[in-house]
Amino acid sequence: MYVVIAGGGKVGANLARALIRQQHEVTLIEVRNLRYALLEIEFEHQVMHGDATEIWVLENAGMARADWCIAVTGDDEDNIVISQVAREKFGIERIVARVNDPRNQPHFDLLEIAPTVSSTTAILRLIEHEVPQHGLIRLLSLQRENIEIVEAEIDEDSPAAGKLIGELDLPRSSLIISVLRDRVASVPRGSTRLEVGDEVLVITEVGQEAELARALGASVQEE
Amino acid sequence: MFVLIVGCGRVGSALAREMVNDGHDVSIIDQSPEGFARLGEEFPGTFTEGPALELTVLKAAGIERADAFVAATDGDNTNLVISQVARERFNIPCVVVRVLDPYRAKFYGERGLTTVCPTQIAIEQMSDALRACGAALQEA
Repeated sequence: MYVVIAGGGKVGANLARALIRQQHEVTLIEVRNLRYALLEIEFEHQVMHGDATEIWVLENAGMARADWCIAVTGDDEDNIVISQVAREKFGIERIVARVNDPRNQPHFDLLEIAPTVSSTTAILRLIEHEVPQHGLIRLLSLQRENIEIVEAEIDEDSPAAGKLIGELDLPRSSLIISVLRDRVASVPRGSTRLEVGDEVLVITEVGQEAELARALGASVQEE
Repeated sequence: MFVLIVGCGRVGSALAREMVNDGHDVSIIDQSPEGFARLGEEFPGTFTEGPALELTVLKAAGIERADAFVAATDGDNTNLVISQVARERFNIPCVVVRVLDPYRAKFYGERGLTTVCPTQIAIEQMSDALRACGAALQEA
């Protein structure tokens, strides 16, 4: 596979290292002189000096034949422009963009740049997952597909406690895909009875969270 | 009309004054308060301080009722992103964006943005000036 990585900071350089170790072909693009000089010692011909938001730099990097474009500079506008040029000028379908400031996420979404990776958001998800709460916890969201996987715990006040899954009043486009009970996960059937303390994983269409939370007796988490 | 300008440098501030002189309502955003000084004390429009990529700043400056939007910060990519936000999210019919890099200006121009490229204008004007010199030499 040929991967072009824009941005040779910690994220980009380590990604390049890992991909090269896995025998992939990599071009790393770095604009800062000092950083480039440092990277050049290690990566030699696999690092290029230039501004990856300039179209001719991407052309020289061989973007036209790339399988992946990874935009991981420290600047969100740059990552957006790199992703747009890669997709619309060079026809790259597989793009990953880094979001440095989570407040810029709506701009990436608006311009349909996906998937995006944000360390702040990732850490927040981990914390939400670890801290026991009785709300819905978003584990994974597939924005392009418009679905997400959420987790909820069934507590004593939940209208779902003691009910068969087949009897639940779930939203039409939601499906319980796993029930975790006493640390054992199982794939439930309509005849599975939910108990207090169960943790359920639900795959659902985006936008169904409020209805789903009502059916399971959980509250929706603010993001 | 109501014109929202992002970037109060030489271009943004002079454009703001031009639009005011033409009788339009003008609102201008800049990251630093120094931009405000460029407008002069009598400037009748509004000035909002803050990063223009933030939706709260754009909304505070009145983007929701803007008829025209100008992106004139010193960053090409910032200009390109905010002008797309203005067009796609806020449906502003007239969006004008300054892009110094001729290649990016052309690329985004072809995608429907009204791009103005000072570099391209300089290249054309200087080429014309040189051609005029050449023609004069030949005549002499």
